[in-house]
Amino acid sequence: MVEVIKSGFFTTIQDLGRFGFRDKGVPVSGAMDSFSALWANELLGNNPNDAVLEITMSGPELLFPEHTEIVLSGAPIDIFSTNNSLPMHRVVEINSGQKLSFGHVQKGFRTYLAVKGGWQTEVVLGSRSLFQPITPKSQLTKGSVLNYFSFDKTLDFHANLKMKNDFLFDKTIEVFPGPEFDLLTEEDRSRLVEFTFHIDSLNNRMAYQLQEKLSKNAHSITTSATLPGTIQLTPSGKLIVLMRDAQTTGGYPRILQLSERAICVLAQKKTNDAIRFVLV
Amino acid sequence: MNTDMQSENFEITFCPYGKLAVLINWPKEISVHTLNDVMDYKEAIQNHFKSYCELVPSYHSLLAIFPEPIDFEKYALTLQNLYQKRRHTKSERMLWHIPVCYDADFGIDLEEVAAVNKISVKKIIKLHTEAIYTVYAIGFLPGFMYLGGLPDELHFPRKTEPRQKVSRGAVGIAGAQTGVYPQESPGGWNLIGNSPIRFFDSTSENPCFVSVGDRVRFFEISKSMHELVSIQVSSGVFELAKEVWHG
Repeated sequence: MVEVIKSGFFTTIQDLGRFGFRDKGVPVSGAMDSFSALWANELLGNNPNDAVLEITMSGPELLFPEHTEIVLSGAPIDIFSTNNSLPMHRVVEINSGQKLSFGHVQKGFRTYLAVKGGWQTEVVLGSRSLFQPITPKSQLTKGSVLNYFSFDKTLDFHANLKMKNDFLFDKTIEVFPGPEFDLLTEEDRSRLVEFTFHIDSLNNRMAYQLQEKLSKNAHSITTSATLPGTIQLTPSGKLIVLMRDAQTTGGYPRILQLSERAICVLAQKKTNDAIRFVLV
Repeated sequence: MNTDMQSENFEITFCPYGKLAVLINWPKEISVHTLNDVMDYKEAIQNHFKSYCELVPSYHSLLAIFPEPIDFEKYALTLQNLYQKRRHTKSERMLWHIPVCYDADFGIDLEEVAAVNKISVKKIIKLHTEAIYTVYAIGFLPGFMYLGGLPDELHFPRKTEPRQKVSRGAVGIAGAQTGVYPQESPGGWNLIGNSPIRFFDSTSENPCFVSVGDRVRFFEISKSMHELVSIQVSSGVFELAKEVWHG
């Protein structure tokens, strides 16, 4: 099992999410940038829902006692390793006793580390995704241990799949009108597509707040279901983009809905990054 | 008369919500009558789609979420047809009897509510335990119930400054609502008691016993009983009193 020597800024274990408990108020969770998580698993021949390590901003230091293979995807990141170089989006062999030490992301915000066979951490309510209080912790800490299967040195043939992920680092966010889109004034509708918005420092796995505001308003709705990627409009005109760990119901108008792809794009943004909405 | 009421068709609307979900809205009225229809319809949709569809009911809306992008027109039509089948698939509703200790150690805002609303603490407890509450939604936190049916005399504004820490099981009132904090969290509700019951337990296969559409009634227990029930709950031997609710 891998030992976490240093945890990094915020490193967590995520699969594609915890489904079937939203009517009891349980957030879905799952990899913020599911596109990158899926891709890493695909390259290893894993199941799409296998758990991956989600590294945020700066990475952990990990010791692998057993031989295996890994794939890194998402945000390119500085890596210091004891023997070989570690390209992104390629199956890389990890020798027993090898230490991986991650630095800072070079662009984007979240890097994914998939291991062959998937991380064998505890399943809670059908998912390995960490989310407190459903799981005891939300992130890995120094001394955490992560089980994985060891694999022999005989490498399978790996397809050399080309991947285009430039869109993840672009500022275009694809949105659909949300259920309460009609509450917006004409002026606010044009602002949404004409403004460049910037990410507020209040951004995490639950929600991303935006710096620029729309008009003050007196709209509120009776508590109703929300989804990851829903943009809520608060009375002060603030825009809140719900992310994977967001609560399952809300009382603010749901003015826009990000596409699944757009959630992945936003997941690669950090404080002060610029975004543009494109209504589809 | 009851049967006639329940076979009534509401004017429901279907709205696309992203590429994965369909939002179904009822006329904007908060009533048990509407909620019952939401829950019967939920049952009919669930029976049809099984686990392929996740459903989140709340007051006068129902969200149907699918695991992959859907053709909205096609799904809206299927859903519309299922609305007519809901009468045969009535959901079973429960009434849960929840123990609450209203001791001043837990009910730290009891005195304030009593003073401002000009009623005695005893009367607050009487009113709070007499009412039968409807679970209109579960959200905000895993296992947090939005309960409707708080007697008028107990309506009380939310605190202007939320507390940093409200303990698990805290029973509060805010506006026209009452509820129980399923876990420790920050919160702005006025605290009148504490329940030793666990409203969410992620180690259990059925982590939250209560469902939207159920009823809840509180009954008063002493502080020593609260301690005893807490122990019984953590050792898994406490049996919650419940009954099937018709209505």
